[in-house]
Formats: sequence, C-alpha cells, structure tokens
Amino acid sequence: MNMMSATECLLQMCEENFELEDYQSGVPRWCTGCGDNAILAAVQRLCRDEGLRPEKTVFVSGIGCSSRFPHYMNTYGFHGIHGRALPVAEGVKMARPDLTVFVNTGDGDCCSIGAAHWIHAIRYNMNLTVFLHDNQIYGLTKKQASPTSPIGTKSNTTPRGSYLEALNPLTVTLGVQNVSFVAQAVDWIPEVLFDIVKAAYHHKGLSFVRILQRCPEWLPKSLDPWMNDPNKVQLLNHENGLQFSAGLSKVYKNQLQHDPSNMDRAREIASSTDLVPVGILYRNPDVPCYEDLRHSDKLRTAELTSAGLNAELDKYTVWPQEMKEKVA
Amino acid sequence: MNEMTIQTSLKKAGSKGRVPAGKKPAVKLKEHIVEIISDSGEGAQKCGQSLGAIAAQMGNGIWTTEIIPAEIRPPARSVAGASGNRIRIGSGYITNGGDETDLVVAFNEQVLLGRVRAKELKPNCIILLESMWRTHTDPKIVASYIETYDRVVAAGYKVYEIPMEHECRTIVADARRGKNMYALGMLCYIYSLELKLAVDQILLAFGKKDKSVVDANIKLLEAGHKWAEANLDFCYSIPATRSTEPQVVVNGNTALALGVLASGMEICAMYPITPATSASHYLSEVFEKVGGMVHQAEDEIAACAFAIGASYASKCTITITSGPGFSLKQEAIGLAVMGEIPLVVVNVMRGGPSTGQPTKMEQGDLMTAIFGSHGDAPKVVMAPGTIEECFYSIITARRIAETFNMVVVVLTDAGLATSQQPFARPKFSDTWMAPPVDQSPIPAGAKPYDWDETTGLARRFIPGQPGGMHTLTGLAHDRDSHVAYDAEINEQTLRFRSLKLAALQKTLKAPSVFGDSKGDLLVIGWGSTKGAIEEAVETMRAEGKKVSSMHLQFLQPLPPGIKEIMQGFKKVMTIESNWSDRPEDKIIDETNRRYSSVAILLRSRYLVDIDCWSEVKGQPIKPGTIRRVMMDQLKKQK
Repeated sequence: MNMMSATECLLQMCEENFELEDYQSGVPRWCTGCGDNAILAAVQRLCRDEGLRPEKTVFVSGIGCSSRFPHYMNTYGFHGIHGRALPVAEGVKMARPDLTVFVNTGDGDCCSIGAAHWIHAIRYNMNLTVFLHDNQIYGLTKKQASPTSPIGTKSNTTPRGSYLEALNPLTVTLGVQNVSFVAQAVDWIPEVLFDIVKAAYHHKGLSFVRILQRCPEWLPKSLDPWMNDPNKVQLLNHENGLQFSAGLSKVYKNQLQHDPSNMDRAREIASSTDLVPVGILYRNPDVPCYEDLRHSDKLRTAELTSAGLNAELDKYTVWPQEMKEKVA
Repeated sequence: MNEMTIQTSLKKAGSKGRVPAGKKPAVKLKEHIVEIISDSGEGAQKCGQSLGAIAAQMGNGIWTTEIIPAEIRPPARSVAGASGNRIRIGSGYITNGGDETDLVVAFNEQVLLGRVRAKELKPNCIILLESMWRTHTDPKIVASYIETYDRVVAAGYKVYEIPMEHECRTIVADARRGKNMYALGMLCYIYSLELKLAVDQILLAFGKKDKSVVDANIKLLEAGHKWAEANLDFCYSIPATRSTEPQVVVNGNTALALGVLASGMEICAMYPITPATSASHYLSEVFEKVGGMVHQAEDEIAACAFAIGASYASKCTITITSGPGFSLKQEAIGLAVMGEIPLVVVNVMRGGPSTGQPTKMEQGDLMTAIFGSHGDAPKVVMAPGTIEECFYSIITARRIAETFNMVVVVLTDAGLATSQQPFARPKFSDTWMAPPVDQSPIPAGAKPYDWDETTGLARRFIPGQPGGMHTLTGLAHDRDSHVAYDAEINEQTLRFRSLKLAALQKTLKAPSVFGDSKGDLLVIGWGSTKGAIEEAVETMRAEGKKVSSMHLQFLQPLPPGIKEIMQGFKKVMTIESNWSDRPEDKIIDETNRRYSSVAILLRSRYLVDIDCWSEVKGQPIKPGTIRRVMMDQLKKQK
C-alpha cells in the first residue's frame, strides 16, 4: 500500500477543500434584488460544502435571466438555446455519468418553450439537479406574461391583464410518471433554500426544485403577500424531509408534517393556491435512472468494435466460394 | 436434421428431370430488371431481397430497390398499395437501379396496374400474374382482373397467368405465407440460379423458427422451380464471374449504421422519422454490443440537443433524421456551430417541403444543409454517392467533426436508404475510432477558444479537464468564452468559424472526372445519382460522344480544382433531383429561372454559365433519362 506523507496529505486536503471564491466567476449582471442572486449564493455554498471539483461540475442552462447562471460559476457551464437546457444536460449526463450536472431554467424556458422536454426529463429521471427559477414573468425579453404569471398580470403582451390561470409547475411535475424528487423553495428564506438545494443535490435521480423568486424590475410586488405574511408560507417538515431550526420556526409558525414519500398528500399540498408550501413535497429514491438503465457495461474499445463490426458484417457477407468453405 | 431434409428434397426435385423435353436453352443476357410486387404483407419484399442475395452469391452485379407504399397496411388489391422489390441483375458491376423493368411477378392485377401507370415497365415486359382472381367468387374482382389482363395484353406486354395460389395450396393451407418463396423458386429457374443458394436464404430467414416452417418454405421454393421448368417457354442466364473478395450486401441505411458502429461514436440520438428510422432500428439492435447506445428522444430538437450535450462532454455524437426533422434541428445546429461542438447530422432526404413524400427520394435539402440555421453558420456538407460511401462517409464525418470542431451534415436519400448494392467487405482499422476523451489538465493561460489566426482552429476544452472551466455559450463570445458585447469581437469570431471551412478545403483533393478531362459536355452531380449519371456517360461515350461527368462528395466546402475541370468542356450542366424552373414554361426566362441547388452553388462560385436539369419524381433518375437529357444538351450546342 502506498502511504502518504503528512505533508502530501495536507497538500491534498488543501487542494480538495474549496473556498467560495473557487466557484465564483464574474460579477452577476442580474438586477439588484433579483432572486437569482439568492440561488447563486445557495448553490455556491453547496459546491463548497460538498467539495465539488469545479472541473467535474457542469451547469447547463437555456435562455433567459436565470440561464445566465453558469457564467457566474467557476465550473464548466453550458449556456445553450431557449428551452433546451434539459436535453443538453441529459446528453452530458448520458455521455459522462461521472460529472455532476445542474440545470438552471426559468418559467418561460422550462414551462413554455421547453415544456415537452420538462415532461420527458421527469420520465427519464436522470441524475440531474434542476432549478426552476420561477419569477412568473419573462425578464430578459422585457416583461411578457409567462405560463406561471398569475391571472390578471399586466405585461407588455397582456396590457389588460393576463387571461389564463397560471400553470402550477409542482402539480404538473408530480403528475408525470417516474417523478422522483419535487421541492419548492422561496428566495427570501435563504436558510431553507440552501437546505432544499442540498437535499436535491443528494437525491439520486432528477431533483426538480421550483424556486419562487422575485423580479424587482417587472413584477416587484407579485410575491409580497407571501413574503410579508410568514403565515402564508407553509414549511413542510418531516424526519424524512427537512427539519427547521428553532429560530426559523419562531418566524414561520405555519408548519406541516409531511412525509415526502406520500404522493397523494404531495399532490394535495402542491395544489394549494393560498399558501406557498416550502420544503420537499415528494421524494422516491427507488425510481431507476435512465443513464443507469441505458449505460453500456461495455467499453467502446477498438477490439470490441472490430469484433462487433465483423460479427455484423458476417451476416451480410457474400463469400467467394473458396473462402466460403474456409469460413464454414 | 435440416441438412438431411434439404438434401433429400433436392434430390426429389432433381429426379423428376430438370430439363423437360422441348425446353429452350437459356438465353444469355447482359442484364435484366425484375420486380416482385404484392399487397404489403405478402412477402414480395423478402422474395426480392433473397433474389438479390442469391444473384450476388452467383457473382452477379445487383442493385435492389424497395417499392414501398406510403401506408403500413394500404387496402388490399389497390393501385397505390404496391409493395415489393426491384432487382437489377447484371453480368458486371451495377451502379444503379437502371431503367424500366423487364420482368414482373405480380400477386394481383391492381398492384401491377400501379406499376404500369407509373410507366415503370418496358414495352415488351414479361408479366407473371397470379391467376386466382380470374375465378374469384366476387364478380367485381373477376371483372377487374379480366379488364386489366386484357388491357396489358393489348398494350403488348407478354403476360403469363400463373396459378400460384392454387399450386401453393397443395403444400400449405395459407398461401399468403409462402407464395413469395414459390415465386422465388420460379425466378431461380428463369434466371438459372442455383436452388441451393435459395435454400440457404430460407435457412437464414427461418432457421430459428420451427422446422416445419423451413421445410414448407423449401417445398414451396422447389414447387415454384418445378412449375416454371415444366410450363414456361423461356429461360435466361446472366453470366457472372464470382468475386474473389468478400462482398457485403446491405442497403444505405444499414451501411450508415455500420459506419456509426465502425466510427467509434458512442451515442446516437434520434426521433422516429421516415425514411431515416431504419438506420436507427438497426443501430438499436447492435450498438450496445460495442458499447454504444441509441437514445430515442421526445422530439427532433431534443435529439439534436441531447447529441450536442453528449458531444460537448465527450466524443462526437450523431443524430440521424430526415427532412422535417432536419428543419426542426436547425436552431440547435446553429448552437453547435457557435459553440464549436463536433456533431454529425445525417439527413436521409425525402420529398419536401413540409411532410411532402415521406417514402420517396429527393435531393431537396442541399441548400438547407449548407445555409440552414440563422446567421452565418458554416458547416461541412457531404453526400455519399453509393452504398459503400454511406458506410465510409460516417467515419470521415466523425473525423472531420472532431478535427475541426464543426457540424458535419451527411446527406443521403430515400433511394440510397432502401437500395442494396454489394461492396467490398470493409476491413476495420483502429484509425476509424474516435480518440479517447481528453481529460488532461489545461495548461495555465490557455483559453477555451484560442483561435488560430490562419486556420480558425481552436483546441476544445472538455468537462473534466482541470483548469479548463468556462461556460460555453450560444452568445457571441471571445477567446475566454465570455459574452462579447463588442461588434469587433463578433466579427472576428465569424471570421474564425468561416476560416475553418477554408482550412478543410485546403486538405481536399480535386474531384475525379469520369471520362476524358476534355470534351463537349460535363455533367455534375452529387449524392445518389452517381451510378445513373456515370452509366449514361459510359453509354454515350461508347457511342462516340465526348461527354464526361464529375460527382461531388463534398458540397461544403467545395473541393479545389472544379473550375479547372469545367474549363475542359464546352458546356457544363448539373443533374439532380430537386426543383428547377422549366425553361419551356411561359413566364420563365433568364431573369427569373430558379436553378437547381448544386447549379446555383456552382454558378455563384465559379461564374460559369452552368445549365441544369432536374427531375423530382420521387424516384431515382434513370440512366436512360439522363442519356436523353445529355443528348438534348449536345443538340443545343449545334
């Protein structure tokens, strides 16, 4: 066995113990007061606490304010096209299961233009941590109603108020076969946001975290009723879910015992219109991951390829008479 | 056990006398085109494929083409429902499906009518027609049969009524299963093919099934052979020289899939679409055995995005699609261009626009392939011209994609996809494989887009490489992959991405000329028309005409030397299967005529007055048609 010297050991520890700065890159260009900043802080803290190697971590995003996220992480990042963060991330994970893959997507990106991918990503249940940065409005394109905008939202495309009931990302996600982790966080309770981000990261399978975040530019007051009244936020606590500090419980008294393995209850809680449930709604660690189901146990070596190709060619080969006899 | 049965039954067939009194000796032919057509599900496809394989075993050159109805189960006995196979058998090497058909086996008169109306039969074509309909219980069917029969006889076709159903019934209860082998037996007699080779085909197809199934099929085969021997007044032989090298007989889509297997790529992401899907079917069957996987995505866009994600993090990946799917992928293709992510996109072209003609061949997507995706999105476009090239083009495409960090589009079409042609069995080479994923640390100071000033090339950073962390973005970006708000940087990077095409172009060889390098007419083609064009050129050269052809494998970038080649000819024209305005149309003139795709490309690049001729009939252009077009062009010169 190779024994490491004390110095080597110390050096390695230093190398593997990352500081917050190790994950920071560039100055975020989000507006002051934007909820994305809170998500970035929680995620950078997660990376540091978990000691994620920056080169083995990938943040994949689509288009929109939320999707600027990878630029502010000093990891690998993929800032792709509108709505397609999930299939890109799936490709990354399929090819490289050794990488830790996060997805940052917004309510327009995920629930509108990329909605088909959202449904199917839940079904594939790949080991990805997905953050839905839900500010209920299109930000980067300057204030258009999104699928999660509350009915009546006045925007540049709905100047007389939006016409449709908002889509509920939690109930939609919980309605899809193979769902394995659904949680909701809010940007104004950073402590719980971090706990949820951490639980999501530790879940094997697709962890879907909807984060209600404020948009100070276009919908500055939309979340005020919940932000200003702690009783309208319902913390979900359970020994198998999250448990909250005494300090937090003093402010957020409205707490509900909810076992995250209970799907029926999860759907009920998710359907709540008045209260904002915060915590883990559903978790099932036993749903198989697509990459595990599909990943070949064989290494793509030249020897294997040569043998495989020749076996296939044999099926279609017309041999000259003399060779035919030899082959037979 | 099977062996025993075959030998005894062969002996029995032989003992009845192989050459009946008065049998005419086999007429030697240089080539023949045979069609077997039925309602779908009656096995004409299988019969045709087997016939092709047997002829190939005999050493004949072959080209088989599937005749596919648009629907899975079109109504029985319908004109549009003809399903089957068309086999061109020759003494020498066959490069295309040829002209009209010489001999047809039809299981009913309606599918035959479909082929007659499509003008697919030679004027003196021999028709072997199932006769059961003449005595059918439904008087309407009888009337329809007699009407069609009389009409085709009157039209000069040589019609033989064959009691296939009746004869098969003496062997099996349901003649629908097995009539095809009876037909195969007849064809083996007609073309003097070894029956033992047909038995091999049956064993190959049904070997895993019940022994009784194998035996019944062999009996049907022999019965067909015997009946033909006893009753037909003609018999052919197409002399062949057996190849001394092993040959592979597959269609274009299988060749593509085998190319993916051989290229070392690990992931194929796709969404079902005709006529591309059979490549993915086959790949799904075999890819995992060599450590690969086929991902069926939720849609075409997701398939492309998945492939891009996998390519970005690992080895170059492939996505296989067809026209409408290719359109849907365009935005994602642009992302791969912008991010400089290697990617191979196969488009098995079909008739367009929109849903168009899903099962028919067309070369209508060349412009989309070259200019597709918004903005300037330079990508490599290649087009295999033979089944063999379908195989090798994927290996080349993978290598180019990874060397230049570019998107490589491979254009094949429904014609190549469903045609079979033997080619020399590939000998695997380690160099075909993608290199292992680079996970070495990035040297300090290196940048993710460190474009070379001359070639535009930059090293690709792959996740997992320490020190290479950056965010790839579809936004304009600088060498650090930082979003570029500066127009200057944007313009510079457009330049670098474009230079890569020029760098590739410098490595390409000039295309070769088929025929002399000087003459009256040069025909330029690309893709699946290769064999037909070259056959027409060969025929005309034998007649003393000074014509040649040149086939383009690379459409973007165009290889060097084309202008010099064109200068050797008095006139240059293109022949391809996409739309060009007809000069004879009243309002079409030189100011508004839309040229066919490759003609536009060549005219704009070389400033040469290239004429074009195109046909969009949903099927391969026939060599005879090309000959006629070239003759017309030569006449115009005089």
